[in-house]
Amino acid sequence: MSSSSHFIKQKNKLKVKGNVSSAQKNPQEGFFFYKETAAPHDLFRPAELILNTGVRCKGLLSSWSQEVTHGEIVFTTGMTGYVETITDPSYAGQVITFTYPLIGNYGVPAQKYWEHSTISARGVIVSEASINQTHYANITSFIEWLRGNQVPLFLCSDTRALTKHIREHGTPLGTLSASGVGKKHSSTRKFLDPATQNLVAAVSITKKKIYGNGAKRIIAVDCGMKENIIRELLSFDTTITRVPYSYDYSEDVFDGIFVSNGPGDPAMAKETIAILEKVMRQNKPIFGICLGSQLLALAAGAKTYKLPYGHRGQNQPCQDLVSGRCYITSQNHGYAVDEKTLPKDWTVSFRNLNDFSVEGVAHRKKPFFSVQFHPEASPGPTDTRFLFKKFIDLL
Amino acid sequence: MNSSYSKILILGSGGLRIGQAGEFDYSGSQALKAIREEGIKTVLVNPNIATVQTDETMADVLYLQPLTFEVVSEIIKKEKPDGLLLGFGGQTALNVGLELEEKGILKQHEVQVLGTPVSAIRISEDRGLFKESLAAIDVLTPKSKVATSLHEAEQAIEAIGFPVMIRSGYSLGGLGSGVVHTKDAFIACVSEALSKSPQILVEEYLHGWKEIEYEVLRDAADNVITVCNMENMDPMGIHTGESIVVAPSQTLNNFEYHRLREIACAVARHIGIVGECNVQFALNSENGEYRVIEMNARLSRSSALASKATGYPLASIAAKLALGKRLDQLKNTITKDTTAFFEPALDYVVVKIPKWDIGKLRSANHTIGTEMKSVGEVMAIGRSFSEALQKGVRMLNGGQIELSTHPYHFTNHEEEIGTPTDHRLFALYDYFKKKGSVQRAKELSCIDSWFLNHLKQIADYDRICIGKPLTKERLREAKQLGFSDRYIGMRHKRPEAAIRKIRIRWGITPFIKQIDTLAGEFPARTNYLYCTYSGTNNDIETSGKQPIVVLGSGPYSIGSSVEFDWCAVNTARMLRKFGKYTVIINSNPETVSTDYDESDRLYFEELTLERVQDILDFEKIKGVIISVGGQIAQNLATPLHMNTYPILGTAPHFIDMAEDRGKFSALLGTLSIDQPAWERVTNFKHALSFARRIGYPILVRPSYVLSGAAMNVVRSDEALRKYIDDASGVSLDHPVVLSQFIMGAKELEIDGVACDGEIIVQAITEHIENAGVHSGDATVVIPPQRLYMETIRQTKDIAHKIVRALAITGPFNIQFIAKNNDIKVIECNVRASRSFPFVSKVTNVNFIELATKAILAIPCKGDYETLELNHVGVKHPLFSYSRLKGSDPVASVEMASTGEVACIGDTMPEAFLLSWLATEQNVSQKKVLLSIGGDYSKAKLFEAVKKLEQAGWEIYATEGTHHYLTQRGVGCIFVFKFSEGLNPNIGDIIKKHSIGLIVNIPKGPRTGAETDGYYIRRFAIDHHIPVITNLQIARIFLQCMTDLSVEKIKLRSWQEYMNRT
Repeated sequence: MSSSSHFIKQKNKLKVKGNVSSAQKNPQEGFFFYKETAAPHDLFRPAELILNTGVRCKGLLSSWSQEVTHGEIVFTTGMTGYVETITDPSYAGQVITFTYPLIGNYGVPAQKYWEHSTISARGVIVSEASINQTHYANITSFIEWLRGNQVPLFLCSDTRALTKHIREHGTPLGTLSASGVGKKHSSTRKFLDPATQNLVAAVSITKKKIYGNGAKRIIAVDCGMKENIIRELLSFDTTITRVPYSYDYSEDVFDGIFVSNGPGDPAMAKETIAILEKVMRQNKPIFGICLGSQLLALAAGAKTYKLPYGHRGQNQPCQDLVSGRCYITSQNHGYAVDEKTLPKDWTVSFRNLNDFSVEGVAHRKKPFFSVQFHPEASPGPTDTRFLFKKFIDLL
Repeated sequence: MNSSYSKILILGSGGLRIGQAGEFDYSGSQALKAIREEGIKTVLVNPNIATVQTDETMADVLYLQPLTFEVVSEIIKKEKPDGLLLGFGGQTALNVGLELEEKGILKQHEVQVLGTPVSAIRISEDRGLFKESLAAIDVLTPKSKVATSLHEAEQAIEAIGFPVMIRSGYSLGGLGSGVVHTKDAFIACVSEALSKSPQILVEEYLHGWKEIEYEVLRDAADNVITVCNMENMDPMGIHTGESIVVAPSQTLNNFEYHRLREIACAVARHIGIVGECNVQFALNSENGEYRVIEMNARLSRSSALASKATGYPLASIAAKLALGKRLDQLKNTITKDTTAFFEPALDYVVVKIPKWDIGKLRSANHTIGTEMKSVGEVMAIGRSFSEALQKGVRMLNGGQIELSTHPYHFTNHEEEIGTPTDHRLFALYDYFKKKGSVQRAKELSCIDSWFLNHLKQIADYDRICIGKPLTKERLREAKQLGFSDRYIGMRHKRPEAAIRKIRIRWGITPFIKQIDTLAGEFPARTNYLYCTYSGTNNDIETSGKQPIVVLGSGPYSIGSSVEFDWCAVNTARMLRKFGKYTVIINSNPETVSTDYDESDRLYFEELTLERVQDILDFEKIKGVIISVGGQIAQNLATPLHMNTYPILGTAPHFIDMAEDRGKFSALLGTLSIDQPAWERVTNFKHALSFARRIGYPILVRPSYVLSGAAMNVVRSDEALRKYIDDASGVSLDHPVVLSQFIMGAKELEIDGVACDGEIIVQAITEHIENAGVHSGDATVVIPPQRLYMETIRQTKDIAHKIVRALAITGPFNIQFIAKNNDIKVIECNVRASRSFPFVSKVTNVNFIELATKAILAIPCKGDYETLELNHVGVKHPLFSYSRLKGSDPVASVEMASTGEVACIGDTMPEAFLLSWLATEQNVSQKKVLLSIGGDYSKAKLFEAVKKLEQAGWEIYATEGTHHYLTQRGVGCIFVFKFSEGLNPNIGDIIKKHSIGLIVNIPKGPRTGAETDGYYIRRFAIDHHIPVITNLQIARIFLQCMTDLSVEKIKLRSWQEYMNRT
């Protein structure tokens, strides 16, 4: 109902100056959360999120942020799992807006529970960041964690308005900056598009690594792989060889190939696609997740396209087109496989029930299949975990 | 599953009571709508006449009949439905359904239970089978053992060890469960539980574990979703219905959230749910261990809450799933584009707070625990926990009580926190305000520090910041933390309006957000709204359609219940029928008015002056209707009017004239209308002089109702002094009102609708009990049966005068006392009353339709017959005494009933008996215990008792009654009273269940002391034996026992009664 112009009009009314909160003058009482109107001066300063749609959004930016943070501004609708989300390498190049307003409630656990040892997301936008955590697995607060990892945090009370803007205008590019707040910015402000960079190269491992010592040998192509995929695969009798995105494994000994999730435009991962094309001739089972699914489709000859604002959340409904069964899935992707370009010997195996986009493809005869969503969950629902078993059974 | 049903029977939940309240009007109404959408005929059985679901427009055929096996069996024989829905009428419907199946009625008449099969329901209802079943899929449940005898229970305790929880099977709302720490308490608790239920469970006690719940939907094709999860702020040990609940869960990490979700889905699959269920978990906050506590294989209070919290129409979808539809074939009714197979993502936080009314029930215990005592609830939505929590607290009492302004006095905070009562939240707040530590509060309460820290933060802000000079920043901060203008003003010694003015000038206003189920991911054409200060943009714009706003009822409480939701819903429906853009504001998740398809815009918001003004300002309204939501809405009439908002209907100064005792009294004087003598007193001396003038008994009531002091009847100087002393704070500010208490008089009421002071329609109802029983607790008959024509003429004449004098437009209700054609007016409500749905449905004249027309100035004069009917309607109150340990089950001047039922019959006794049966009591054997105080009552009942003896009843009687009866030749068995301590004693007789009915008539109005009568009544309640305490009721009741039998009463649907000529 509200138009984007309404949003622009409204944001002009916003006159948050990152004031020193009155409660903050009594630090011994301590706030249990920080938000746009109440955060300590030494940690946050007034700043702006500027979008390439022309919209500016005021808020407070963490003091540990760089001068200017560039990124694609995306939103995720998951209500829990912020640690898993922020450590997901697929967010490389992106600033994540959480639609759920209270983030940080249970702190952050030890690194072994993360989805990657480092954080690839460019920044995080929340309405209210909690420093009030009592969870038994917690070892640090959400704020301390972001600070320790130098991840910019932008506090902006109306993340819903921002989300709606993204929905209406498509994923925008944006900058977070504390300099020049309130000034009329020049229209020549530069936005750096992360999709022009090879993001996969940035998050893939550099040297191959072997996990487990089981019977089934799996090549796991790391394009920014989430740790829970390794955990899931290792729960079977497997040996996993995790290889860089550009590693040519076509001559290696293996029973099956797994192609991981990862960031950015799949068409950028030319090396990975080329290797896949080559190895597909071996007819050994291949399983892809998310970016891996797009890469498999590209290797098969199909094309991908960018979704207007992607699917990021833990409540995406997908249907298995063979069985008719529906599943709630965890998702994080900005691109999708173009169904019309799919070769004849391939078929759409899963479909999104909200927008009917392709959520999985499979070869009609050969043991190649992939899904756009995340059966490894983490964050999100575990409904489709069975796909790992399906893959293992093919080996 | 057969998908081509032609007629489906739906069982409702009967009268509202603690543990089973308005939520089932929501679920039943949605189910009826959903099934009719599929073109299938519906038959509804529900004696709760005040519900929306029993409206003419809802079911094709309606039976206002008792929900008993016998009655429903007859209805099945007559209506021949091919499908039956059991999941929409709470435990009542489920129990009747199980009995129908067990006794072969369903098979015999080829009725299929839709949705979850009966076999699965049985597993979910039997704790032993349930645990066994879950063990098969490696799902953990608390360590426990089932026992059917004390001996077995003792064996169980050996294996588990103290403390343990005792639970009884087949119970609703945790009735008959308790935590025991010692052997003695164990034996007492087990004995009581086994008296109500054939089996009990002795269970590992998970004190202090987090309590989490998931609402699950599963279709016949095995697609499963969880619509919502919810976290109880109060941990295990406090019933979910007694707990503050948040949605979604706040303190669970991804692993915990999704592991429990996965288990909830697995449990629903394994048990074989088709439709809706909830699964409750205990979660150990030290290590993440879990236990599945229970499952409800039906819609529940939690599902209503989940539905309102997420915007997902659970009941409607569950009904469609029961018909065999698949989730992916159904639409998300909010986005209208996406599928119903999805899980809502919230971008706000929801806080539910229970509404207790224990203060109204003297001698009831305030402690809260594993049994439910709350009578209603509110739901607050915000973009921060503090905002939602503070909103919720205000919603409980129309803004009168806030965290920072509650009237409770705590002497020992730690004890209050450690032993929870209905005031614990306030005790915690005070504790933090006095710089108590979160750590200590957590040790005492086991509440997760996340919640406590938030509460402490509000308290700290209150203590340190809020009183400092107002700046724009500070005001914004205070608003974001959820403080009201009223409180901020109080701290700055300025009126609420002044703060509001400054706030608006500074541009600090709440923003309006949509509840869209998808956190903004997809465009939603939703009209489901809330307000927040954590925002910078409105989701919607002013409609520009000159809306009319209807204020809803707020939380249900004793005295304000589903009937006001019926009024609000009917008003909104009428407004829309006449093409008016309609906005509803309400805060109660157990209602139909908060279904977003009942209005053009729904604000799930506080019914406080501040918030209603915010909404009215934004909506640029044509007017607001305050007369259909009960007292909370009505109280806003004057303040809204003073702030120049247009009030539709009767002018606010006339409303005030009716509500202000002094002004109304003066008006009656001018009109030469009689009223009982009364006076407002500020001290005992003053009170005594009134008593001298008028004589005892005297009705006393505090004018400051929030103090919790109850109305009472006093009969002596001593009692009067005690009342004045006890009602602490009696002063010029808070005087006590004394009025003449007229004995032996009849009470009657007129419900009506007027337009510009001219009555359009009126209906006279008569109380069966003599005056002195609160009108909400009275048994009411329409049309009146025992009134003189002259009485009727006079009351009509009085009503005419009052209505004209107050220039009433819209609904009204006047209460009268009549003694020998001498009529006095007790009070006049210039609003819809509790009995509006009752009179509307018995007379088949929709009073709300006429009231809405009158308010809109649409011509509505006509010939509406409300006196000469071919049938009689009787409304019975429904009490929840069995849940309120210690409360005295005798109707009095203070209202105590939690719900009502009404049935229609050819004659008054027929309707009376049906309606009594509809309160879910029955006389199991022809054995009656009589303990009748006073010769007058004994004489009045003598003939009826004699007839009982002739009809073969076994009669037991206490000393005085025994003496009276035997002297007059009626054979009866002597029993000793409790206090006499001798055998045969009343206690033993009741315990052994050798009694089917108890008639205990106290000598006079209740004194409050723990007399023998009290013990008889209380013992009867605790042992589930019907007890009658009113003389007039006893006469009719005993007459029914000898003259009538249910089997011989012809069962007619509401439509059959209305279409008879």
